[in-house]
Amino acid sequence: MTRPLLLTGGEAVAHAVRQIDPDVVPVYPITPQTPIVQTFSRFVADGSAHAELVDVESEHSAMSAAIGSALAGARTFTATSSQGLALMAEVVYIAASMRAPLTMAIGNRALSGPINIHCDHSDSMLIRDSGIVQLFAENAQEAYDLMVIAPRLAEHPDVLLPVAVCLDGFTTTHAAEPVTLLDDRAVADFVGAYSVPHAVLDVLEPATHGPFAMPDYYFELRRQQAAALVSALDVFGDIADEFEEVSGRRYGVVEPYRVDNASHVMVALGSTAGTVKDAVDTLRERGEPVGLLKLTAFRPLPADAVAAALRDVARVTVLDRADSPGGVPPLAAELSAVLYGSGVELEHHVYGLGGRDIHPVDVCQLFAGGAPAYVGLRGEP
Amino acid sequence: MPPLNDWRTLEPGGTSVPAAVQQPHTGGWRTGLKPAVDLTMCVDCLLCWLHCPDSAVRLAGTAFEGFDYDYCKGCEICAEVCPTDAITMVPEETPL
Repeated sequence: MTRPLLLTGGEAVAHAVRQIDPDVVPVYPITPQTPIVQTFSRFVADGSAHAELVDVESEHSAMSAAIGSALAGARTFTATSSQGLALMAEVVYIAASMRAPLTMAIGNRALSGPINIHCDHSDSMLIRDSGIVQLFAENAQEAYDLMVIAPRLAEHPDVLLPVAVCLDGFTTTHAAEPVTLLDDRAVADFVGAYSVPHAVLDVLEPATHGPFAMPDYYFELRRQQAAALVSALDVFGDIADEFEEVSGRRYGVVEPYRVDNASHVMVALGSTAGTVKDAVDTLRERGEPVGLLKLTAFRPLPADAVAAALRDVARVTVLDRADSPGGVPPLAAELSAVLYGSGVELEHHVYGLGGRDIHPVDVCQLFAGGAPAYVGLRGEP
Repeated sequence: MPPLNDWRTLEPGGTSVPAAVQQPHTGGWRTGLKPAVDLTMCVDCLLCWLHCPDSAVRLAGTAFEGFDYDYCKGCEICAEVCPTDAITMVPEETPL
């Protein structure tokens, strides 16, 4: 077994990208994604990665170039955060609709304004309905592992969609942790060769990609795209089985943590899941029947797995690191829909916007009940 | 009009491959004039071939051969660029 290395989440993702060996990486720097592509560009300069690194003039261009290269028959990766993702958003929809199997990393960061560089999930939630697969990593190891899984998922013939690996800005992108890498050869064998149907640069079989769709076809193509996204749930399971054989590490579209015999379960995305695990351990030692359900896949939503994991639970608390002003925060809205009619008592809280820390003691208070809708906010009762 | 595909039978993303789509003859878009050539005046400069936006000028090797009226839309660019006036626009019904 390889010894773990001390790597930041950003460096760990860069190693995964080096190993999945994309042909083209069009990218524009933005905090806190920059360490990913900065580290990867060093690999390219050192000759340990062969990708064509394209210094584009914006994130809009980065995704546009990524679509072109992915459909031309080149494995393609890009990365961004926050305002970069907002600028890219228009083209993310097109990547999904053109079924471009590219992969990207998102170093999650609050959207302006006010301008801020720290973590929340408002950037990822902005492209929630774009049709991209969104996987959330809890820590650097998961960010690495999901990045190795991502091209397999994106390029699967039943999926053929862009896949984003989301890791919390600074908390995961910049904090160093022990990360166990796979052998380069093992990753190369695991991801295999890149292929895409009707590659644009295949002159012997020319094809028109992204044709105009009038009212007689637009609806059908949207339905087809939605079905492909849902199929990513089963495909993820199959790939995760293979990944476990290679790595010894098990992934699912959800991760239930001490949910057995739990009456009160918290639901969260990303690094906060680790914080909740610590709180759950503390409370379990005190005999309190609490647990955590972490969603690794947010899009597609693993609705059946969520419902199954929460089947015997009396109370669910949803933590959203993004708000939906004037509406229901995104994760809470999903859980409300999944648990509708189940009789489960559901409450939800917004926390951590703009990088506001959440500590195990805060989570323990949430489990105790009576916490305000906005956690850790000055001025709440 | 062929029946419309349901969503399960479309190529991913609606990609069109030549075998799967009709090849409409866009020459039907001409509005009354078509190009005609006097080959005795043609010097095979191929400016018409270079400028034709519809690849409707056929070549035999490097020599001008004729027009592909299935795809010529009658834009008149060939007649405009022809340096010897070998190409002229004639009424659609003119026998050639």
